[in-house]
Amino acid sequence: MADKKNVDSTSRRAFLKTSGVALGGLIVGGGVTSLLTGKASTEKKQTKTTKVDYSEALQFFKRSSDFDALSAATEAIYPEDENGPGAIKLGVPYYIDKQLAGSYGHNVNDYMKIPFQEGEAPLYNADIILQGVRRLNEVSNTQHKKLFKELTEDQQIEILTQFEQGKVKMRLVNSAIFFALLREMTLEGCYCDPVYGGNKNMAGWKMKEYPGAQMSYANIIEEEKFIKMQPVSLASHK
Amino acid sequence: MVKKLPKVDVVTTGMGWTGGIVSAELTKAGFKVVGLERGEERTTEDYLHGHDEVKYTVHKELMHKLNKDTITFRNNLNEVAKPVRNIASLTIGEGTGGGGAHWGAQTHRYYPYDFEIRTLTEKKYGKKKIPKDMLIQDWGITYDELEPYYVKFEEMAGISGEVDPLAGKRSKDYPNPPMRKTPSMKLFQKACEDLGYHPYTVPSATASQFYKNPDGEQLSACQYCSFCGNYGCEYGAKADPIVTVIPTAKKTGNFELRTNSEVTRVLYENGKATGVLYRDTRTGVEYEQPADLVVLTSYTFNNVRLLLLSGIGTPYNPKTGTGIIGKNYCDHHTIMGATGFFDDEKFNLYIGTGALGMACSDFTVDNFDHSNVDFIHGGQIEMHQFGNEPISNNAVPMGTPTWGKEFKKASLKYSNRQISVVAQRGIMPWKQHYLDLDPNYKDAYGDPLIRATFDYTDQDRNLNEFLVEKCAGVLKKMGASKIDKHVMPEHFGGNFTYQHDAGGAIMGNDPKTSAVNKYLQMWDCENLFVCGASAFPHFGTTNPTTTLGALTYHATEGMIKYLKKGGQLVK
Ligand SMILES: Cc1cc2nc3c(=O)[nH]c(=O)nc-3n(C[C@H](O)[C@H](O)[C@H](O)COP(=O)(O)OP(=O)(O)OC[C@H]3O[C@@H](n4cnc5c(N)ncnc54)[C@H](O)[C@@H]3O)c2cc1C
Ligand code: SF4
Repeated sequence: MADKKNVDSTSRRAFLKTSGVALGGLIVGGGVTSLLTGKASTEKKQTKTTKVDYSEALQFFKRSSDFDALSAATEAIYPEDENGPGAIKLGVPYYIDKQLAGSYGHNVNDYMKIPFQEGEAPLYNADIILQGVRRLNEVSNTQHKKLFKELTEDQQIEILTQFEQGKVKMRLVNSAIFFALLREMTLEGCYCDPVYGGNKNMAGWKMKEYPGAQMSYANIIEEEKFIKMQPVSLASHK
Repeated sequence: MVKKLPKVDVVTTGMGWTGGIVSAELTKAGFKVVGLERGEERTTEDYLHGHDEVKYTVHKELMHKLNKDTITFRNNLNEVAKPVRNIASLTIGEGTGGGGAHWGAQTHRYYPYDFEIRTLTEKKYGKKKIPKDMLIQDWGITYDELEPYYVKFEEMAGISGEVDPLAGKRSKDYPNPPMRKTPSMKLFQKACEDLGYHPYTVPSATASQFYKNPDGEQLSACQYCSFCGNYGCEYGAKADPIVTVIPTAKKTGNFELRTNSEVTRVLYENGKATGVLYRDTRTGVEYEQPADLVVLTSYTFNNVRLLLLSGIGTPYNPKTGTGIIGKNYCDHHTIMGATGFFDDEKFNLYIGTGALGMACSDFTVDNFDHSNVDFIHGGQIEMHQFGNEPISNNAVPMGTPTWGKEFKKASLKYSNRQISVVAQRGIMPWKQHYLDLDPNYKDAYGDPLIRATFDYTDQDRNLNEFLVEKCAGVLKKMGASKIDKHVMPEHFGGNFTYQHDAGGAIMGNDPKTSAVNKYLQMWDCENLFVCGASAFPHFGTTNPTTTLGALTYHATEGMIKYLKKGGQLVK
């Protein structure tokens, strides 16, 4: 994926060079922009709007209604505020989608042999989240005649609290287990390395004043003052 | 369809710390050793792109995967044990290095009291001080006897440390100076000193400077990079068998490493081991490896499981208290204390190592008078700066919601403003706590899993309560704005997250009450040695590796003696 992106951006740069348009801060003419984005631009745009994130599409989820409920739930758990972006802008729903499509979603490193006893969930992580987000919509419909994403923030919090407290009926899993998994995966998506699709632009790390995948702190270990650093990601370790 | 291979002098069952030490010492002495390891071979190059919390801390990349086998666990004899299903709840080593790849590398010694715990407790407080079902016993070796082997382990692993003024006597200084101190460590130090305690920098196997060990292996200087416990060290600055004892074994020319080789039985005939049976984990093909000496080095759970599966020794019966194998299981995974939140100070908490921190031993073992308390032993008060990773560190003051607006605000505010002071506690053995084979759950090949039966007792609750108060007291002196004391749950919940399990094949000086002698040689089988914390009759205050490493170094002298002369080493 990363390679593909690089190829794309270099060829884009090459195109701009040969067509005589400089990069960075310059307003690019409409013809060039439309060539790059594949749609006609109606107004002046900076080059950054030409970036398409090819990694943001659904791998695991099939129904938009499921993914929308997931997105709204993650945002309620980690909302946008004066500190910065919330779960959605950080890419958390896509992080979770990717995780569920892969080995983590299917518990390949866990012991999943029968018999499962009372209190154990005989389900894969992917099944728990999928069933849970559908239940979010169903409960919203029963209580408010709306989809979960259409509820007010307070209504969403109230319903999520019912899940958290294990009060919502689910099949073969307690709703508290679903909520705990959802909360955990939301935090992962907020603060993972951007390679996983979350923590977009390292904005989660910036809010937390966490410097990311640094290689060494040997020169500041004894420093008395707090040191705020520009974070680095694994992409810089290549 | 078992393939029988040519006989060798020695075979080990796992290439972590104990397997590495045994391989290094016996190959140096001229014996041919085959090291069997169920996982892959690793090098430091594997760790170069490893600063990734999701991969290593959350998904446990370096740990044994549970898809084929796990352990089962229950609190008491009346329950049906459940398997530990989630890899995040059972993190044990796999692949060369074993737990020594991803350990935090805190390297305390145990205390003289630990090794003679029954004698010393009875002498000072009388027999009545020890509850009837608490099975503490002397270890069959004293601190003074073991001391030179502590030195051996510390010199091999290049320990960086500062002398704990309340610990046992040392014949030699640590080979490297202590790690450097962060402001949070200095704050802890000052607070402890003000309280009249005796703080010191935690000794660690992360090298504070470039170091060459007596075998000629080199460690780089630690970079305080913070991706340490749960991770391998790409710099080769953390002592790991793959940069210390395994290369030492390899360069003798007497060592053969076989990876993807999972030992399933110790073969046993007429009171002696004849070798081991193992399986190639990729092909399923089974091999018999005959050997003059068999050394179990597969960590507590699999050491005990292999003995039970092979029918060696008498399984322990918790109802009658008879039998030996599985006895005195002690779990050391509940470490509590208090968390302090600092409104007016901010620390560079993203920096750290798996062992960076300070501790004091004023309340550990019998360093204080126990006449008026309702427990024995004690705990070490300590604070660490591991390098707070952002997914795993989101503590907020008690009463704050754990998600939503308030949570986000508080978790961001305090991410560099919180320090925990905790106490690692000694864990005593009880009649009802033990390991055996699970009657219900099996591995992918049909062999029963190992089952742990363990819970908290009043000893744990009382000691914990005492220590939590001390931890909170230190935080108060440190100037924390808000202090949350950790609350011990009613029952142990079954999180086995840093390989601190002891017992099951315990040492002692009496074959009636122990599985192995002070050389870790089985009483019931003279050419079978069982190395690791499985030999601890109780779990001392702190991390086990220095002590199990020292015991293993001591054991290798016994193995060499045995290979030359044969017979029981202790009569
Ligand atoms: C996250 C973490 C942090 C830790 N931090 C510390 C610390 O700070 N200080 C400290 O003292 N200790 C620490 N430990 C514990 C430390 O790792 C162990 O005490 C130490 O590794 C034990 O050595 P061992 O040889 O008994 O087991 P290991 O080093 O784990 O080696 C056992 C090896 O045997 C192999 N094996 C198992 N069964 C079989 C089989 N049937 N056939 C073939 N091979 C097999 C395994 O794959 C493994 O490689 C930590 C552990 C973890 C997980
Ligand atoms: S903190 Fe030090 S020893 Fe640990 S991984 Fe980083 S450099 Fe290695």
